[in-house]
Amino acid sequence: MENIIELKNVYKTYEDDGFTAVSDFNLEVKRGEFVTFLGPSGCGKTTTLRMIAGFDLPTSGEILLNGKSITNLPPNKRPINTVFQRYALFPHMNIYENIAFGLKQKKVSREVIDKKVKKVLALVDLEGFEERSVATLSGGQQQRVAIARAVVNEPEILLLDEPLGALDLKMRKEMQLELKAMHKELGITFIYVTHDQEEALTMSDKIVVMSEGRIQQIGTPEDIYNEPKNAFVADFIGESNLFNGIMTSKLHARFCGGTFECVDDIEPGTHITAVIRPEDVIMTTPEDGTISGKVVSVIFKGIHYEITVQSGKSEMVIQSVHSAKVGDTIGMKVDPDNIHIMIAEDHTNIFAADINKAFKLEYNGTQLDTSVTAILKGSRRDDQGQLIDMHGDVMDPSKVKIMISIEPQNIEMTDNAEEGLVQGYISDLIYKGDHYSYVIKSDIGQDFVVDDEYLWNMGDEVGLIMPVEKMKFTLKK
Amino acid sequence: MPMLKIPFTRKALAIPYAVFLLLFVAAPLVVLFYYAFTNGKGQFTFDNLTGFFSDPNTLGTLLYSFAVALAATAVCLLIAYPTAYFLSKLHLGNKTSVLLIFILPMWINFSLRITALKEILTMIEGNLADFQFINAVIGMTYDFLPFMILPIFNTISKLDGSLLEAARDLGATRSQAFFRVTLPLSMPGVISGVMMVFLPAMTNYVVLDMLYNSTYIMGSLIGSYFAAYNWHGGSMIALILLAIIGIFTLLGQNGSEQEDSRGGALL
Repeated sequence: MENIIELKNVYKTYEDDGFTAVSDFNLEVKRGEFVTFLGPSGCGKTTTLRMIAGFDLPTSGEILLNGKSITNLPPNKRPINTVFQRYALFPHMNIYENIAFGLKQKKVSREVIDKKVKKVLALVDLEGFEERSVATLSGGQQQRVAIARAVVNEPEILLLDEPLGALDLKMRKEMQLELKAMHKELGITFIYVTHDQEEALTMSDKIVVMSEGRIQQIGTPEDIYNEPKNAFVADFIGESNLFNGIMTSKLHARFCGGTFECVDDIEPGTHITAVIRPEDVIMTTPEDGTISGKVVSVIFKGIHYEITVQSGKSEMVIQSVHSAKVGDTIGMKVDPDNIHIMIAEDHTNIFAADINKAFKLEYNGTQLDTSVTAILKGSRRDDQGQLIDMHGDVMDPSKVKIMISIEPQNIEMTDNAEEGLVQGYISDLIYKGDHYSYVIKSDIGQDFVVDDEYLWNMGDEVGLIMPVEKMKFTLKK
Repeated sequence: MPMLKIPFTRKALAIPYAVFLLLFVAAPLVVLFYYAFTNGKGQFTFDNLTGFFSDPNTLGTLLYSFAVALAATAVCLLIAYPTAYFLSKLHLGNKTSVLLIFILPMWINFSLRITALKEILTMIEGNLADFQFINAVIGMTYDFLPFMILPIFNTISKLDGSLLEAARDLGATRSQAFFRVTLPLSMPGVISGVMMVFLPAMTNYVVLDMLYNSTYIMGSLIGSYFAAYNWHGGSMIALILLAIIGIFTLLGQNGSEQEDSRGGALL
């Protein structure tokens, strides 16, 4: 099967605020596929869809339709139609006129339009609705009209921007099945945007998981669920327990306070992230478990119980048909096949800081020795002391956060915990040939990775000194 | 401490306005009707009505006022629609401040504004009475333009941008999308604006009076009858105007039922 649409190195940066919504997006979609862009809000999925539709133009990169560039073509010149999030039906036209809009634009004859509108109304189960006005339809019916209005033009690609977001749960489930059936019947390529992982898993041939403007993983629903490529995907798709840890020996990993056997052959000493699905945790007696912990909550979920267990400083969520008693100590083990190990390749520490009233950065109650205007390019303070950004607009410091990133080798540990910006204890360490790599569990919940040439002990209480000049800052809205 | 129960209902809040309505709206209307359909001896008569429509002078004034109002409305619409359109499309943080530039004249004393206009027009035209119709239209346009801009601006600003994208998506060019989506959907604002300009322009005589002492307009016609102590004829003209305004208001409401797009709050 040939590619119907290809996106090559597509970037989108907004001129007004310099925000990069989409970075280095590469995707090939085959004719007739049902592809879903999945990610949390603000991940760039809708922006990507809008670039395919032609409402937004890429800052750089290329979009090819059937091998020909449509990168800068206006939306009306593309054989692509969109189903909008809030339907966007024309309120001054009846259902017939709404659906006929695209055909009239193409100067199709009246008889053909009549026939096509009738046919497409039958497809979406709204026969006889021609004369009705938009305002008299329910949300679900408007959704169907929106779909009919798009597919009546027989587009090469149908774009759907969270089309079921405004419907109630029952209606949404019904529409998912209908859309899937419609996709089969029409044979049109569907590109679907959603933040609902279940919806994506149910409907798609191929899922593109996105976060912060970048593709995290492309794959079939099974691939994405069973073999998440990184912690983000694992966390976003389904519920998972994620643990940072280290490979201790061949096919053994230490995390969550225990050493687990696993099937991923990764070099001992490597920092890893372990993914365990809640349904894969087996409850045992405290003695038989790889690890043990105290049950802190039990919630009945209909077909299973959701049990949260505190094991050391970590929490494990378990789904089981068996219940447990809050306060009991239980053991837990996991089949090696069900532990998915990912290499944690990037150890850069990233955390969010606030801007305080003095327009200085503040983290963990400590004011950093830097001013906001020095960090934000082109920003300044005006006569009234307000913060003005590079475009001359007033910024509200309470509405923005500054992301600070710092490399492990730039953090220094100190015995005098109060000296550090953050306090915590060493939860993991590994010798890396010329230095030790430490994982510090901080009092504020965040883990930090620190490189140091000297040996410290597990469990040592330390303070982390982070020089401001080694920090990198990015603005987060 | 025990709660004091005051026998106070929400209806009580309406009393001041009800009194106002009775004294200054209902009562004068009754008097107006009475005078319009009686003659000097207090007898019931239709003479005032037939008199109005058989007098070429009064009929002429009616037609003239109508023409002035129509022209002023048309000019206002021609200026206001593009202005409102571009204002609403501005990519500015605070559109309202730009809008204020157009509303600002409304905050300057009325007679001061008209006097200034008069001086300017005199500089250009010499004797203002030589171009009465044009000056009437200019005066009315100058006075009522913001009332046309605001409601149109409001409706266009509130238009869901995805409707335009939908039109483009379905094959419409920019201009086709404007004529098939934006224009029809901004009609409620246009109708509001027309009503807020046309009706006052029919009756506002102060503008003309100040510009070139003209009384050749409906409002001042009534004044001239009253000045001659012809309460009955004057009342009938007022009643006829009332009827015309009533008819237009009803027509306008049918057109703009969908939403209240008046921008009066800003004024």
